[in-house]
Amino acid sequence: MASIRQSSSLLPDFSNLGVWLRILLITNALAALAVFAGNRQLAEMPGELALLSASVEPPLIASLLLLSALQRLLAQLPYAVGVISVLGVVLACTALWNVFGVAAEALATEPGNLARALFWAGLCAAALLFYFNVRARLQSPALAEARLMALSARIRPHFLFNALNAVLGVIRSDPQRAEAALEELSDLFRVLMRDNRELVRLSDEIALARQYLDLERLRLGDRLQVKWDIESCPPDALMPPLMLQPLLENAVYHGIEPSDQPGEITIGFARRGDQLQIEMSNPFNSGVDRHPGNQMALANIRERLMLFFDLEARLEAKAETDSGRYVVRIVMPYRLGKTA
Amino acid sequence: MSGAPLRLLIVDDEAPARARLKNLLADICPELPNLVVGEAADGVEALEWLTDPSTVPVDVVLVDIRMPRLDGIGLVQHLAGRASAPAVIFTTAYDQYAVRAFDLNAIDYLLKPVRASRLLAALNKLTKLPRALPTAAALRGLAPEGRTHLHSSERGRILLVPLADILFLRAELKYVTAQTSERQFLIEESLTHLEQEFSERFIRLHRNCLAARGAILGVERETAPDGEMHWTVLLRDVAEKLPVSRRQWPLIKALLKEE
Repeated sequence: MASIRQSSSLLPDFSNLGVWLRILLITNALAALAVFAGNRQLAEMPGELALLSASVEPPLIASLLLLSALQRLLAQLPYAVGVISVLGVVLACTALWNVFGVAAEALATEPGNLARALFWAGLCAAALLFYFNVRARLQSPALAEARLMALSARIRPHFLFNALNAVLGVIRSDPQRAEAALEELSDLFRVLMRDNRELVRLSDEIALARQYLDLERLRLGDRLQVKWDIESCPPDALMPPLMLQPLLENAVYHGIEPSDQPGEITIGFARRGDQLQIEMSNPFNSGVDRHPGNQMALANIRERLMLFFDLEARLEAKAETDSGRYVVRIVMPYRLGKTA
Repeated sequence: MSGAPLRLLIVDDEAPARARLKNLLADICPELPNLVVGEAADGVEALEWLTDPSTVPVDVVLVDIRMPRLDGIGLVQHLAGRASAPAVIFTTAYDQYAVRAFDLNAIDYLLKPVRASRLLAALNKLTKLPRALPTAAALRGLAPEGRTHLHSSERGRILLVPLADILFLRAELKYVTAQTSERQFLIEESLTHLEQEFSERFIRLHRNCLAARGAILGVERETAPDGEMHWTVLLRDVAEKLPVSRRQWPLIKALLKEE
């Protein structure tokens, strides 16, 4: 199953955009450093750098493409074998480029060039693998897990105590409703307290969100209106756990509670190619809001998206004054779970 | 007041929360005779109840802090200006800021879910030692930004008048009228009290008139029918020229110079 990136392997995930970005940046920084170190005259440096880029960039991109295609296979290999495979791919790409590519002419005049290119490519790849190894060790399992635990175990005490109070309020007049509410509360807390490191099915997240909203409806009554749009999204898409509930809690706290009139929360899902999009909106009260909780909850979710998807997911939130609504949009990679 | 049951008003926007308090009050009736005379879903409804002469007088108001329209702190700010205000006990599920301020100012509050024993203790304390509403200083601690509205009672309805909209306040025979660019509102508070509370927003022109500092356009000299000269103030959106007393004139002059 898809879990947090680094927990399964010390090799980087070559199909991840963030990993690509890091590799490209670091390799080019090393190339620039090499030019800088080998040159006395400043004026010659740009030319030298361009020349070096021409021989570094093509094999680098080719290696990355090949590695990302082989990602599934690489993830299953033992670490040592994985390292050797990655080095093999890099060296092969470099050799092929030097023999058949544009750089072949230079090779003909100076036979030592191929060996030199292979040496530097291999060294660079090894350094990068070492970097990703250290980074993975630093982030996982302990640190990333601790961060995830700390981030996911937050439910507003405001909600808990109000919900308990509402249950106590109906326990004499409508014992069955009170029972149902306590069952929902118990389900909600079971999810909150379980190990939330794995991606979960969208349908499970939606079910949880519905239970939460049902609890809020107990105390808020008709003031809380919710419109779902889940037609166009497969229910077995995967998403990080406990992401909808905090967003809805925010929407209730800032959009529904401050008004004595009924307000509508809308929540919709859509799949666009290989992306899953979530959009949530609530009425927006331009009046003063004394509590800074909103930004904290959003920062929390942003950080969790980052831990799960690195740079491939994003979250935008803004108050749209024209429509008078506060809108949160999340885009994340579309992953399909095993059909249950 | 021994013998007569304690009369209570419950103010909370959540129906189950009001039901819960009613249940508890019924439970403690043998120890402390009490009667829930009314319920309100927010601060404005509570004010309507408390200012309506046809409703039963109330001894104690149990008021939630976080409510739409007018919250609990706002309600008490509005009650503070009134002559015969009931005692108030705040209720809250969770509000760190408010609870800290309550503790600092020795203001009674109950944490929801409320226990019968706590409710009984709080009410007993009130009946033994009738307590005044929180002081002005305590209220400032609870809501540093102060009141943002005045309230006006019209045919049993309470209207909230934004302070920012008020151009001038004038003491009439019995009431104070607040003038906005659209209309007048009757305010049941004393001009002196309003002047003290909102000294940063309003400046006194005359014994019976306060003007919004931000609405003053300029001054004009005028001759009264008896031949005496005096100064008047021009306000934005107001046709009438408001007279300035001789005593207040230096202050107005200084204000205009500042700008």
